[in-house]
Amino acid sequence: MSNTAPILEVRDLVTAFDTDAGRMTAVDGIRFDVPRGKTFGIVGESGCGKSVTAFSITRLLPQPHGKILGGSIHFEGRDLASLPIEEMQRVRGNDISMIFQEPMTALNPVQTVGRQLAEAILLHTECSTADVLARSIDMMQKVRIPAPVQRLNEYPHQLSGGMRQRVMIAMALINKPKLLIADEPTTALDVTVQAQILELIADLQQEMGMSVILITHDLGVIAQVCDEVAVMYAGRIIERAGVFELFAQPRHAYTQGLLESIPRIDSMPKTQLKAIPGNVPGIADFKPGCRFGERSGRAHSAEHLNTRPPFVEISANHWVENCPICVA
Amino acid sequence: MSLLTVQNLQQHFPVRGGLLRRSVASCKAVDGVSFSLGEGETLGLVGESGCGKTTLGKAIVRLLNPTAGSIHFEGQDITHASMRTLRPMRRHIQMIFQDPAESLNPRHTVRDILEEPFIVQKIGTPPERKKWVAELLDKVGLSAASSDRFPFEFSGGQRQRIGIARAIALKPKLIICDEPVSALDVSVQSQVLNLLLDLQRDMGLSYLFIAHGLNVVKHMSDRVAVMYLGKIVELAPATELYQNPRHAYTKALLDAIPIADPTQRRERQLLRGDVPSPINPPPGCAFGHRMKHPKWEQSVGMDLTLKEIAPGHFVQPCPCCT
Ligand SMILES: Nc1ncnc2c1ncn2[C@@H]1O[C@H](COP(=O)(O)OP(=O)(O)OP(=O)(O)O)[C@@H](O)[C@H]1O
Ligand SMILES: Nc1ncnc2c1ncn2[C@@H]1O[C@H](COP(=O)(O)OP(=O)(O)OP(=O)(O)O)[C@@H](O)[C@H]1O
Ligand code: SF4
Ligand code: SF4
Ligand SMILES: [Mg+2]
Ligand SMILES: [Mg+2]
Repeated sequence: MSNTAPILEVRDLVTAFDTDAGRMTAVDGIRFDVPRGKTFGIVGESGCGKSVTAFSITRLLPQPHGKILGGSIHFEGRDLASLPIEEMQRVRGNDISMIFQEPMTALNPVQTVGRQLAEAILLHTECSTADVLARSIDMMQKVRIPAPVQRLNEYPHQLSGGMRQRVMIAMALINKPKLLIADEPTTALDVTVQAQILELIADLQQEMGMSVILITHDLGVIAQVCDEVAVMYAGRIIERAGVFELFAQPRHAYTQGLLESIPRIDSMPKTQLKAIPGNVPGIADFKPGCRFGERSGRAHSAEHLNTRPPFVEISANHWVENCPICVA
Repeated sequence: MSLLTVQNLQQHFPVRGGLLRRSVASCKAVDGVSFSLGEGETLGLVGESGCGKTTLGKAIVRLLNPTAGSIHFEGQDITHASMRTLRPMRRHIQMIFQDPAESLNPRHTVRDILEEPFIVQKIGTPPERKKWVAELLDKVGLSAASSDRFPFEFSGGQRQRIGIARAIALKPKLIICDEPVSALDVSVQSQVLNLLLDLQRDMGLSYLFIAHGLNVVKHMSDRVAVMYLGKIVELAPATELYQNPRHAYTKALLDAIPIADPTQRRERQLLRGDVPSPINPPPGCAFGHRMKHPKWEQSVGMDLTLKEIAPGHFVQPCPCCT
């Protein structure tokens, strides 16, 4: 395998949940490549399936409800979608790490921060207690937690929201993964720490050639750090391109709407913001055809609403769900 | 008269150590904060992670027992009010929590969660409450069918909206919004911000609006306070603060805003130095200490209470900053 091959290739991934009301598809046939050593961004409105995509790749879907129903996830020559769970555990932590959106769901409330970091280290390497401590302190400093020695003895509830998030980032990075999946890694952080963490991730990327999937709803962050971007909507990727191309020439009406709803620093205070009307449909209401149809504000024939537009490469490395009405 | 007046508020936590877990030091999370908030007004609160924003919010809704200072709500001193005296007050002061996972009981359905405030306050009959729950869900853009589901069945942003629905259920006078939209994408974010603005206009609500998105704070606030290591270092009308920041920390914050345009990537002036710890705060101006500001020593021993340098524009005085 050459070194320019993508580190991750996702093809036609379908993920569903079994609920009381029946089986519901949350991720509905998506495809993308994560270029090696690069940062691949995923944006999209709340509930569009970004986290479920991340949990599918790491095989951390809630059990027994969550299931990968189809498609493949190729990572370094192996299909993660069908890997036995014990092997997957080895991949996680050694090769692939994840930063979770809600720190409290990922941290153990009854164990100290130090203990949790130590466990993450010892799961994958053997080293002395002194080494474990030194590495833990070093990592806590890297994620800019002040007074790291003191903090190692504390429990998650004693930390501020942003500190919890940084502890989790430390846990994800401590084993120097090849692929980091960061689900809203900086949502709970103020802009200054956010900038520092993004820089830390970029440094590690340089240092060890780490590839990153960055999930965020912050188009500012996407614009500043990503190389390529996928825009998700209602369980599907509706557009995907290099970051410069996407911001300069968004082709899908949904991408255009997203870019327009960013509150600007020069807008009039306390005035209504531009917003895409309506909401992402819940997974129970996903239709087989185009799911943006009703919100797009454009006239539609039933045929348009009932057929899923094909995902095509409209120009070099610029993919879009190509509907004749929406795509300009 | 202002709705809320906070004077010299301090909230310290004991730091335990040693075998006996004795209190060996204290973490000065909020260390002398004063401000007031008028009816229908929004005060934005920004500042670095760990600087004490959530703690300040929790002290005001009295989830904590303040160490010193005072909190007056509608003229009444609630700093040390007992749970019983607080109960009728709770209706008027609500909080939207930063981490929805922390505040939504995972074993309760959305209906239970939204009905609870009415039940606690003994308001309404079961059919009325059912109707109100449906209205609340509609207000925050969730389907009526959501009410039978559990919090874990929702996405992060959807859970945040459940928290907002609960906070507005009793039509409070004051809501502490702790990062209410940071888990939301831009589109739902603008919907929620528009919703908060509508509620304010219709019900005369006041907000203490905590957020790290400076563009969002500017959009929502009448005045903005900048907090650093447990203290407010600058407070001014929103537009004034953004056009004319005076404190070095405020300037650094404004500089770090990520711009949604890949062609404007910049070599940011990242804040260097160790983030100070509220456990052993440095003397004098904490930010100057961190930045190794050449004139920092002049701030040691100086009276750093806020001074008004222009109408409504307060800043921590220091020879080098102002
Ligand atoms: N355990 C579950 N059971 C049933 N449905 C679920 C479950 N987890 C997620 N979903 C649904 O799957 C859809 C996608 O959720 P996901 O968490 O991936 O959204 P997201 O894009 O990460 O949103 P956000 O930006 O709000 O985090 C949502 O409609 C959500 O309600
Ligand atoms: N229950 C507690 N016990 C001990 N220390 C605490 C407790 N709650 C908060 N702290 C400490 O108080 C300080 C301020 O925390 P707080 O949560 O108020 O910060 P914040 O400004 O909201 O930060 P963020 O932006 O990260 O949410 C931190 O040093 C934190 O560790
Ligand atoms: S024009 Fe096509 S792609 Fe756009 S919303 Fe309508 S059906 Fe969907
Ligand atoms: S030391 Fe003075 S100039 Fe420097 S940041 Fe502090 S107040 Fe400002
Ligand atoms: Mg998510
Ligand atoms: Mg907080």
